[in-house]
Amino acid sequence: MRTVLQQADLERALTRIAHEILEANRGADDLVLLGIPTRGVALAERLARIVSRIAGVDVPAGALDVTMYRDDLGRNPIRATHPTEVPGDGIDGRVVVLVDDVLYSGRTIRAALDALADLGRARAVRLAVLVDRGHREFPIRADYVGKNLPSSTRERINVRLAEVDGEDAVTIEGGDE
Amino acid sequence: MRHLLSTRDLSRDEAIALLDVAEDMAAVQEREVKKLPTLRGRTVVNLFFEDSTRTRISFEAAAKRLSADVINFSAKGSSVSKGESLKDTAQTLQAMGADGVVIRHPSSGAPFTLATSGWIDAGVVNAGDGTHEHPTQALLDAFTMRRRLHGDASRGRDLDGVRVVVVGDILHSRVARSNVWLLETLGADVTLVAPPTLVPVDVSGWPATIEYDLDRALADGPDVVMMLRIQAERMHGAFFPNSREYARTWGLDDHRFAQLPETTMVMHPGPMNRGLEIAARAADSTQSTVREQVANGVSVRMAALYLLLSGERGEAR
Repeated sequence: MRTVLQQADLERALTRIAHEILEANRGADDLVLLGIPTRGVALAERLARIVSRIAGVDVPAGALDVTMYRDDLGRNPIRATHPTEVPGDGIDGRVVVLVDDVLYSGRTIRAALDALADLGRARAVRLAVLVDRGHREFPIRADYVGKNLPSSTRERINVRLAEVDGEDAVTIEGGDE
Repeated sequence: MRHLLSTRDLSRDEAIALLDVAEDMAAVQEREVKKLPTLRGRTVVNLFFEDSTRTRISFEAAAKRLSADVINFSAKGSSVSKGESLKDTAQTLQAMGADGVVIRHPSSGAPFTLATSGWIDAGVVNAGDGTHEHPTQALLDAFTMRRRLHGDASRGRDLDGVRVVVVGDILHSRVARSNVWLLETLGADVTLVAPPTLVPVDVSGWPATIEYDLDRALADGPDVVMMLRIQAERMHGAFFPNSREYARTWGLDDHRFAQLPETTMVMHPGPMNRGLEIAARAADSTQSTVREQVANGVSVRMAALYLLLSGERGEAR
């Protein structure tokens, strides 16, 4: 097991993403950050705090559960669902930034786009991820990436966050055999 | 979960997991778009050998909101009235490609037979069998109690220490049986109140207290009073002298309702016999959960169908 990002690296990556979001959006107007459970929610909350601090206005964060929209439900054991929490008055006309920990096949994000369409009509949808490990199976890319981590499909990437796992770290394991 | 046949063999964790999924389903019911694509391409058959409107439309709404195709099959006017056996009906459904079968049957154990006989591969949900069980009703009752007690903080919680009084025809009630087992699993204390003629012969194995005097059972202000329907279609023996005497002795009338604490929930699985087991004042009060139970029924049945039909098939239980 190898550590790729430590706590300080993770914080710097999030701070940079926060600046990039504000730069691309030319301010914090209409921004809503929606995290994909489990760890995306914690990341979205952290990002929203950083963005709010930089911009000086409150940027809301929420959660978007995509379980019921997945295309691989029949291939895996039953997944538990999570609450979806959309802040304030919904996503109509807002700029939604989806936040997830690892971008891999892109299937989660495809499901998230479907889930989002059932909640309303966002003015724009962006994607922020902590780690992009490649191996996409859909024409999907992230707008904001914490770290590009070219990996083998045999490797496992673990994102650990203080809110969920008690510590901040991104590690990579396996792939040698 | 492969089938949902009874609450007796649900573990605490399984029951809470199902109620938690139902919380997320309930949130979907509050959106403008109430449909989820989860069971797209799956077929759910409502196989009803006994009259039922509420349960059938509740299952139908649940399946449709998950994008499943729904086929309604009722015994009246069907091949069953021509003498077709359960086995042949089941094999017909199998040939049509049913992924889930929701069955209501007048014989206790019919859903179990359907699930374990090898006639079909579909997931089976018991929607009421004879005087045995009606698991989704008990689950929606528990869901309703948990929501009233804990609100938005319901997820992951059980019903530890909640005092529930179930009143009425325990003998014929599958709702009472399913509730007794589920409430016990979730940590609630159950008291059953009925005329001695409407208590099953041997209830020594039931995790519940039996009481014959309603006023005594209500004296210390229970958290929940659940009134059961007097099922006229099952009242063939002389179980009680007449309905007025039943209403006076075992009904939740205005006087008894007025004595209850304001925090006591009044539940009824419906359809209600107003003036018999429950007075209109109790049924229409803010303490009554009757309409919530109907709305929650759809969420709980969505959760059950999701857990039965969405994952890989073949996880035995």
